[in-house]
Formats: sequence, C-alpha cells, structure tokens
Amino acid sequence: MPIQLKNVSFIYSPGTPFERQALRGVDLTIADGEFVGIIGQTGSGKSTLVQLLNGLLKPTQGTVTVGEITTTDKGVRLRPLRQSVGLVFQFAEHQLFAETVAADIAFGPLNQGVAPDEAAARVDEALLTVGLPLEMKERSPFELSGGQMRRVAIAGVLAMRPRVLILDEPAAGLDPRGRDDVLARISALHRERSITVILVSHSMEDVARLVNRLVVMHEGGILHDGSPREVFRHAENLATIGLGVPQATEVLRRLRLAGWSVPAVALTLEEARQFIVAAWRERGGGA
Amino acid sequence: MLANVTLGQYFPGASVVHRLDPRTKLGMSFAYIMVLFIATSWLSYSVLGLASLLVIWLSQVPVKMVLRGLRPILMILSLTVVLHVFTSREGVELVSFWFVRIYSGGVTQGFLLAFRLVLLVLSTSVLTLTTSPIALTDAIEVALRPLRRFGVPAHELAMMMTIALRFIPTLLEEAEKIMKAQLARGADFESGGLLKRAKSLLPLLIPLFISAFRRADELAMAMEARCYRGGEGRTKYKVLKYSGLDAYAVASFVVISAVALAL
Repeated sequence: MPIQLKNVSFIYSPGTPFERQALRGVDLTIADGEFVGIIGQTGSGKSTLVQLLNGLLKPTQGTVTVGEITTTDKGVRLRPLRQSVGLVFQFAEHQLFAETVAADIAFGPLNQGVAPDEAAARVDEALLTVGLPLEMKERSPFELSGGQMRRVAIAGVLAMRPRVLILDEPAAGLDPRGRDDVLARISALHRERSITVILVSHSMEDVARLVNRLVVMHEGGILHDGSPREVFRHAENLATIGLGVPQATEVLRRLRLAGWSVPAVALTLEEARQFIVAAWRERGGGA
Repeated sequence: MLANVTLGQYFPGASVVHRLDPRTKLGMSFAYIMVLFIATSWLSYSVLGLASLLVIWLSQVPVKMVLRGLRPILMILSLTVVLHVFTSREGVELVSFWFVRIYSGGVTQGFLLAFRLVLLVLSTSVLTLTTSPIALTDAIEVALRPLRRFGVPAHELAMMMTIALRFIPTLLEEAEKIMKAQLARGADFESGGLLKRAKSLLPLLIPLFISAFRRADELAMAMEARCYRGGEGRTKYKVLKYSGLDAYAVASFVVISAVALAL
C-alpha cells in the first residue's frame, strides 16, 4: 500500500484563538516495504503527520492517499484504512483496558470482525513477535512492568496484521535494554514480513541504525529526506534545529575539523572505529 | 477537539475590572446581589442596571459573551413573568377576557422580578468572565476563612478546587489521546444501541480512570515530598494585594448602592 501525501497542510482548531498550524505544504511518498524514520523536534509536526496516515486527522488542505483510499473523499470508509495502517501511539501502554492481556490484544482483531479462534491464534503470534511468554495471556495487563505493558500494547496493534505499521516513539521511557530489544524486534518484523514501517522518533541514535530512509521534519515542513548517510551530511544544519547527529558521526565530524581525512558519516560506533583506525594507519600511527 | 474547551468562561484581559483584586470582585458581587434583593422600585433598578452596564463596558468583554450567561435562565425568566402576570390580583385590572384577568400589579411585579434575575446573572457573569478560576478560588478561600472556627476546612476546599480545575484540560487531552488509540484499533464509539454504546466506552473510560488515579497518586506524593501539610501556617507565592483601584471600586459601589436604595 503506497502512501502519498500531496501538498498537505494541517491546522488545529482553525478560526479559534487556539489556531495552530502543524503542517504546511508537505509532499511525501512512501513505497511498499520501506522502513522510514521520521525525525523532528517536539512540535515539528511528526505526530500530526502520522495521524493523517490512518484518517484519525484529515488534512486542512491537500490529500492523503493510502493504497486506493483518499481520506478526504466524500463518504470514505475509514475503518478498512485503520485496519491496514496500524498506529502505535506514544506511551501506548496507556491505552490498555481489558481484564487479561489476551483480551486486550484481541480487541483490534475482534473489531475487525475476525472470528474468535482466529483472533486467539493471532494473540499468540503477536505475543511471540514482541517477545513475551504465552503464559502471560491470562494475567491482568495492569500487573505488568512498564516495558511489558508497552509490548502488550504493540502486540495489540500487530494482531490486526497491518500492512503499514507506524510507531510513534515506541522506545520512549524504556530502559536501554528494553529500548534496544523493542527496536530490534521492529526491525526484524520489517525484514521478515516486508511490511512498511514508519518509525517516529526524536532520537537520531535509535533511528539511524535501523531505517533505510530518513525524513527530517522542522516547523511543519520536510527539511531533509534521504538515506541516513545523505541526511547526516547536513550535520551543522541539523544542529541548528536542535537535532544533532549520531555520536559516531559527530566524532568523525570533529576529527575532520581537526584536519583528519576520515569519511563524514558513520552510522554505528563500529563503523566509526574502522574509519578512525584506517586514518590512523594512513597517518603512520602505530597499530 | 476536546482539549480546546474553555475552562469556566474566563475571558482574559487587562481591563480595570480584570485588574481588581478577586476578593473585591467576589465581595462586591455578593453585596450587589443583596442590594438587588433589598431594592424594590423601578428607579432603583434603573440605577443598578446602568451600573451593571458601566461595569460590562469597563471590562471590555464582548457584550455577546456576557449575554450568553442569560441563555440558561431564559426559561425561568419567561416563567416568572408569565406566572406573575396571570396570577397576581394587585393593582388596577388591565384585561378581563373570559377567565383571564391581568392586573397592573402583576405586570410590574413580574417584570421587576425578571429584571432582578437578569441583573443577578449578569453580575455573576462579569465576575467569572473577568476573574480566572484560580484567582476566584483564592478569593473563595479568603471568604471561607471565618468559617474555619466551625470546622470548615477552607484551605483544603480551595486546594481541591484548584487541583480539579488544573486537571480538567489534562484529563480532556488524555481522553482524546486514548480515544484516538482505540479508534486506531478499530473501536467504534458511535453506532449501536444504548447498551452497546455504553459498553463501547469501556476501552476509553478504564484507561482514563487508571491514569487519573495514577496522576492523583503522583501528585499526592509530589506534594508530600515538598512537605505539604494543609493550610496551617502556609504562605502564598501569589499574595493577593488590594490596590487603589479596589478602594475606588468599593467607594463607587457604596455610593451607587446608596443612591439606588434611597430612590
């Protein structure tokens, strides 16, 4: 399901004292199976953008088309759209409500009209995907730890088998191990099921390693759009809007300022290490 | 959507009326209502009505917003007039038709009462339009303070009110977020019969209650951690201060009331 945004603007509460423009003239196309990171400061319009993609919000101007569905069409049915575009909100654990983990995860599929035994099978599958043991099914979601609750909430969206998965800050507020684990599982999901994944974050560090395309938002518009390597070449530019680049790239940038001949961008520390060692050897330094 | 609901009906501004101390405004509104009930003649009411208009003009709040406060009492107003006009048997008979008898006393009485109600509502509207809910709670705390010796926890009541007011927008925002999250999971809040609709609200209400309790817990903990222990010996960051403006206001109020009652 390709996604296409044409000249999209969005204004919150137009015509009232609370009027606020969140997006201005955004054009964006996302093809099937892409893994896109959307990055921007708080208030840059990322959360608004993703809510446009499953029809929770409708653009004030322009059109949003997902597959065959254009959200602003007259008489459009949004529920099929919401089934194929799964949206995991920020702090998704706050949406849990059911008595058991299984019932909560099955909520989405049952709303879709999936038969109960099929829904139960999907609950198992979703739990395994997010790395939770099946014994957890009968427990109350409110007894779980924060990280476990987050995973249950993500499982609740996965059980709907979306073809486009959008995650808004899925790792926010988790400890480093939980964060790495959640992000690794999302990455694996993208590889194994070849679904489109859109990852919203304000952390370059998390996103850089995973995605194959990076969209940088600033004040309601798209500032950069390209592979992480291309985007990180604009380190100074990113710094002025308060985003910075991954530490590995930052180290290389400073070395270059100090006169070293190293490449401008490294996505991981390991990559940066190799570049630095190579440059060190070139300079005649010891092994 | 939900988060933009205006709290109370406070209309921010910097007019003379806005700048008055909330205690002055609360006290004067109260006194004004008493004067309204003491006054009996049309002349008195004209003076009081003119005074109201003057205050509304000074407050720079759009007249439309002030009048909006009258909408809920339209029913009571018409009922007051109708009942008095048709049931009173005082004064000169004006109309006598079949079983309907209208007397002059009833007409004046009905309209006087209605006018009194209008002025009453207008004055309280001006109070809430020009005073932020928080400032108003502060004033109410001061007003309740004398009742402490009868065991009324003035400070605690005011604190509860302040906290409730503070969390209304937060909870609305939270409700909107949860609603969107459930919509994204295919929830349907709109269709079906009453029972089905009520049931479909559970996925919204349960997380909302849980978060409200969590917030309450955290807030209590945070207050405790900062040694909150009720009103005893507590000082304020924003100390209410009377200014010259308040003196003028009270003086004008006393003069106008005296004139109104003397007429």
